[in-house]
Formats: sequence, structure tokens, C-alpha cells
Amino acid sequence: MAYSTKVIDHYENPRNVGSFAKDDPSIATGMVGAPACGDVMKLQLKINAEGIIEDAKFKTYGCGSAIASSSLVTEWVKGKSIDEAALIKNTDIAQELALPPVKIHCSILAEDAIKAAIADYKQRHGN
Amino acid sequence: MNYFQLFHLPAQFELDLTELGTRYLELQRQFHPDKHAAGSERDKLMAVQQAANINDAYHSLKQPLLRAEHLLALRGLKISNEQRSFMEPAFLMQQMELRELLAEISDASDPDALIDEADQQIQQQKKALLRQLQSALDANNPEHDHQAADIIRKLKFFFKLQHELELIEQTQD
Repeated sequence: MAYSTKVIDHYENPRNVGSFAKDDPSIATGMVGAPACGDVMKLQLKINAEGIIEDAKFKTYGCGSAIASSSLVTEWVKGKSIDEAALIKNTDIAQELALPPVKIHCSILAEDAIKAAIADYKQRHGN
Repeated sequence: MNYFQLFHLPAQFELDLTELGTRYLELQRQFHPDKHAAGSERDKLMAVQQAANINDAYHSLKQPLLRAEHLLALRGLKISNEQRSFMEPAFLMQQMELRELLAEISDASDPDALIDEADQQIQQQKKALLRQLQSALDANNPEHDHQAADIIRKLKFFFKLQHELELIEQTQD
């Protein structure tokens, strides 16, 4: 299967790989996994007092499409409010990266990672 | 299709692999296309179809995870091909740590020690989960079936880890 040039670009030059300190109160962590392929994805958002995502980092163990999806998402969420970030759909990710049907679950994983991170933030900030 | 019925085996998770192998050979002989060469076109077609079913069934029953998925599907809970994300933070954090351990192997001064450590952890967890799967499936009720489905999802991550570790071991040789 051929990867699109955008997938290859994100795979070879992944943006924002790494981790923030988990216990920093401004950091939200989303962990998701895909049982079918065993991929694991961690997405962390640095959220300021106004609820704006200032920075994002990811760590993904999985195929090229999963890495590209999470890399792309870290770029997209920066500067967005958490409510805006929650609107990012897997179909947007799949379209941007031209993912084939068998790799759609990678974009679903990335969308779910954003949702999991936001849920983590809301839980820790009590709303 | 009920693979257990096809092989005249009880519909349960526990399975005697030797018995499965014996039944497989019997069925293969019985439905071998050559045995039906003199039959009508319809007979021949049915024998070919049945031979394919027997192969599919054997393949699924032989592997614990596929067997468990088939058992759940027969009980009305279909989880193969699902695209839902798994979201249990503690479990995924542990997966991430094991992946990190695997990633350290290639640069380690004593890679064999790390391989052994990772292998031990994976095998231990797999064994424990397979035991849990067995008792959840034996309970045979909807609540335990859903628990079994979650255990299968977790086991898939461990089977994947084991595969990754095997790939690393190959490059170490």
C-alpha cells in the first residue's frame, strides 16, 4: 500500500514528539489504543487559564498512518480553544492525509485522543 | 456458521488441540474434492465450499483469541473488525511503558537482559489475561461476555507486543 506524500512527510518529520510532565496542572493527557492493530497513542495538551491550547506533544507506537494522524493533530490543536479542538473530526484528518479506507481507524484514534485529553482536563479542573 | 458444531466440539473456550487436529484431518478427508470428483456439479461445488469452511473453522478454533471471538459472536456479541478505540488509561500507560522498554533494547549495553525482562512481563500478563478470559467465557452470561470482550481487546495488545519483541530478537541475532 502506498502512503500519501503528507503521511510520509509527517512520518519522516513528525512534529511535536515527546512528553510533558504529567502532573503539571496545565497538562491534559489522552491515552488511546486500537486493539485491532495494537497501536498506542498518547496526546498531551498544554492548556492555559483561558482554555486555549498553547502547545501539544504526542507519542505514538504504531504504523505510519497512526504517527502521521497524531503528528497532524498536534499542529491543528495549537491555538485552538478546547471546545474548538473537540470539533476536529476523524474525517478531516483522513481527508488531509488522504488515508485509504483500511487506515481510517488511525484517524479515529487521533480524534479519540483529543477527546480523551479534553476529558482528562475537565475531570482535573472539575467541570 | 458454528465452527464448534462443524467440528463436533462443545461450544466452549477450553479446547483439546490434539482432538481439534484429529477432527480436522477426518473432515478434510471426508470433504476432499477428489472424493467428490464423480459426483454432480452441485456435489462438487458443495464439497469445495465445505472444504473452505473446514479450513476457516480450523484456523479460527486453533487460535485462542479467534476462538474466543467466535464464541462471543455465536452468543450475539460481535467484536471482530471493530474500529472502536480502547480507552483505559492505566492499561494503555502500561502498554506505553512496555513499548518504551522494547525501544530501549537496540541501544542497551545488555540487550538480552532487556529482552528477557520484556518477555517475562508480556508472558506473565498474557497468562493472567487468558485465565480471566477462560472464566469470563465459562460464566456464559451477557455481563461476563462483555468482560470477556474487553479481555480479548487487552490480549490483542499483548499479542502485538510479543510480535514486536520477536522482530527485535531477530535483528539482535
